[in-house]
Amino acid sequence: MTLAATQTILPNRPRLSGRISDFLWKHPQVLLAVLLGPPVLWLGIIYLGSLFALLLQSFFSIDDFSGLINYEFTLATYRQLLSDANFDIIVRTVLMAATVTLFSAVIAFPIAYYAARYARGKWKAVFYLGVMLPLWSSYLVKIYAWKLILAKEGILTWAFTKLNLLWLLDGWLSLPVIGGNSLSVSYTGTFLVFVYVWMPFMILPIQAALERIPANLIEASSDLGGTPQQTFRHVLFPLALPGIVAGSIFTFSLTLGDYIIPQIVGSSRLFIGQAVYAQQGTAGNIPLAAAFTVVPIVIMGLYLWMAKRMGAFDAL
Amino acid sequence: MTAAVLFENVSRHFGTVKAVDAVDLEIAAGEFFAMLGPSGSGKTTCLRLMAGFEQPTGGHIEIFGETAEGVPPYRRSVNTVFQDYALFPHLSILDNVAYGLMVKGIGRQERHRAAEDALAMVKLPGYGQRRPGQLSGGQRQRVALARALVNKPKVLLLDEPLGALDLKLREQMQEELKSLQKSLGITFVFVTHDQGEALSMADRIAVFNDGKIQQLGTPEDIYQRPQTRFVADFVGSSNILSSAICARLGVPAAAASLRPEAIAIGTSWAEQLTLPGTVTARSFLGAVNRVSVDCDGEKIVVASPAAMPLPDIGAEVQLAFSRNDLHVMEAA
Amino acid sequence: MRSDRSTSAPLGLKVAAIGGLAFLHIPILLIFLYAFTTEEKSYQFPPPGLTLQWFAVTWDRPDVWAALTLSIKVATIATAIALVLGTLCAAAVSQTRFFGRETISLLVILPIALPGIITGIALRSAFSMADIPFSFWTIVLGHATFCIVVVYNNAVARFRRVSGSLIEASMDLGADGFQTFRHVILPNIGTALLAGGMLAFALSFDEVIVTTFTGGQQSTLPIWMLEELIRPRQRPVTNVVAMVVMLVTFLPILAAYYLTRDGDQIAGAGK
Repeated sequence: MTLAATQTILPNRPRLSGRISDFLWKHPQVLLAVLLGPPVLWLGIIYLGSLFALLLQSFFSIDDFSGLINYEFTLATYRQLLSDANFDIIVRTVLMAATVTLFSAVIAFPIAYYAARYARGKWKAVFYLGVMLPLWSSYLVKIYAWKLILAKEGILTWAFTKLNLLWLLDGWLSLPVIGGNSLSVSYTGTFLVFVYVWMPFMILPIQAALERIPANLIEASSDLGGTPQQTFRHVLFPLALPGIVAGSIFTFSLTLGDYIIPQIVGSSRLFIGQAVYAQQGTAGNIPLAAAFTVVPIVIMGLYLWMAKRMGAFDAL
Repeated sequence: MTAAVLFENVSRHFGTVKAVDAVDLEIAAGEFFAMLGPSGSGKTTCLRLMAGFEQPTGGHIEIFGETAEGVPPYRRSVNTVFQDYALFPHLSILDNVAYGLMVKGIGRQERHRAAEDALAMVKLPGYGQRRPGQLSGGQRQRVALARALVNKPKVLLLDEPLGALDLKLREQMQEELKSLQKSLGITFVFVTHDQGEALSMADRIAVFNDGKIQQLGTPEDIYQRPQTRFVADFVGSSNILSSAICARLGVPAAAASLRPEAIAIGTSWAEQLTLPGTVTARSFLGAVNRVSVDCDGEKIVVASPAAMPLPDIGAEVQLAFSRNDLHVMEAA
Repeated sequence: MRSDRSTSAPLGLKVAAIGGLAFLHIPILLIFLYAFTTEEKSYQFPPPGLTLQWFAVTWDRPDVWAALTLSIKVATIATAIALVLGTLCAAAVSQTRFFGRETISLLVILPIALPGIITGIALRSAFSMADIPFSFWTIVLGHATFCIVVVYNNAVARFRRVSGSLIEASMDLGADGFQTFRHVILPNIGTALLAGGMLAFALSFDEVIVTTFTGGQQSTLPIWMLEELIRPRQRPVTNVVAMVVMLVTFLPILAAYYLTRDGDQIAGAGK
């Protein structure tokens, strides 16, 4: 050890980096500004700015004759939004999002439960990747896969034929509302694809919530004479609920805003996303499109507020 | 002689929380100094003020006569052994120890040689190629020590250095730290909440509570002559006698402290003070018995050697102690 | 929930869990099967025959190559921007205490928390209001905006593990801010950034909703796919492209998983 410090306070380094470093150390708020500046400016200007501009436009209206935007404050667009036809779209979309969320939870729960409580070591990794790969793999390819599955000549019809259950499929398709000419143009088809595409987002939050439940709680419940059903209802489910709510934020929000799935698989009746797309595109009615986007924002705002009250954010 | 560390009226407030409140402190060069107190008492903040991780909101700090406030940690010849050791997980043990020399621009060979020497000094020769994750807690502690000492700091700060070790290892490290400090002659300042550790290692102790120093003195001073109720209570476990009892004993005082082991049951000499009482509880602790005695509604605990006969519960006994063991305190 | 349990799962649960996973994976396997089908005009199952010829046909399609190149370019630049902005933001949020941290987190998450169509239409109307013509850069702008969160999530999770005392230890040992960044912070968050970058790449490479609003005449690979989905022109080529896209997105996800598997999980909530 040849180095001996002779001074207590070492002199400043001659290099510029040393001087900058000293300056930033003495002025942490400058450092903070340097760190936060670029991302906040980017998101603030590009994202929030655009969002704000869009929302502003919902208070304008469109001139029916010229098709030009009339830049005067009005609530006429919102009145239009709540007309019967448009209100139908909103109700339809919310109902679909709620159903998709419910079924996603039902399918996701056993997977999450198994992964949290029974899968160990290698199997844990298999489960994790088994969820992550479909979750992250291409959205369009997933939809495409369902186009292959739901096609009249596709695997589903083939499977039903082989099982001599074609009458069941035909019976289902002849039902009002959820049926249709074929699965790929029915609500059932839209629903299946929605569940397939968004369900993986439900699994991880539930799994995280379940992993936080100490095993001895479940043992305590059965020790106290609880049947497995009672244990589930009174112990497991309430404790997993924040996870389910956290997952439902994704399934609900993503279904609410999607316009590609119903466009490719489904009937001709519109969902909110399609309405927005149509209004801003072919109809050129930006104000109405903007007003339509307010609907999912408001719904999600309420949803997030409720979720927060239920403690769902801790499970994210 | 210049003080190694000098605090003049130093405060560190976080909003309304006064973590350190108007502290005056002088640590002599070459001293083994302990800052003792419960968590949140301000002792760790004082250490961080010395290291430069915190800046005082008021007052003045000097390290070996040089003003320290406003000087970043990397420009102070002060090094720290962190409570969680803070070894760099991505570097080998050797590179961990050589880190301080590396950032100072010392060549690879030279710094590795110095690091090997430092590892040998803490009795870990040849451990250089391992990773921090492969070492035990005690070994990591030694690496943290070597990593700080290799820089030849003027002052070495230790934040609860033995807190994470088990009892056996802790006792061994206490001795090693003490002898290391003696041989290097570096000023050691260490923070602990363990009074036994402070009493056995330090030359002087500052007892902290609520951001203030309650008492500063040698271990003997602190233990034998606690000046405040807090110190009496926190260091060891003294009996605090009320003014009423003091008056009966003929000692005019607002309160006085009395160590449990300074009291004898039954036997007394002429020059001793005595108090009658009733035994309310007793428990066997190995080398001593703990006996609780009720004296006029005040509980007095006696540590009675195991060799002495143990009185029954409900027995009327005489407590005897020397006037010299009774320490008058301020009312606080 | 540790390994103190010796009981195995009830049969019903096992069936439901494995059934659920099968539901997730069978459609993906079908994509692989269909890439080899000899059937050109429909989605017939089972395929009447298997062939490799569509790979060659796809290979010679300039429109597929153009779309693929554009997607890779966009994803690369968007990822680079997201890496810088996401890391800066994560560093600010985790290394300093300041008022409004929650707001910053919310701001970063908003572009993916709100449905993509809102981000898309907001950007589109802003671009047209500001008279910015749609181009390669408008696509990049949109992608970078929602990719920030993926990098941010990964970086924040790792920063949380790099205990504050490591940075203090470095400074204590004489390293100034830049040296600490180079020798301590970067090596410790490197793999998390790499993982975040890969996920951001996968996210951008696959994005379609925002792109339909911010893209001009050029089409990225997902836009190309979308057009094929709405108006199928040559189904076998689409089948092959679908499989390739699937494989291309698998790789970064697997890599990200291996980079972060000990400790923090990759932020699954990233789409």
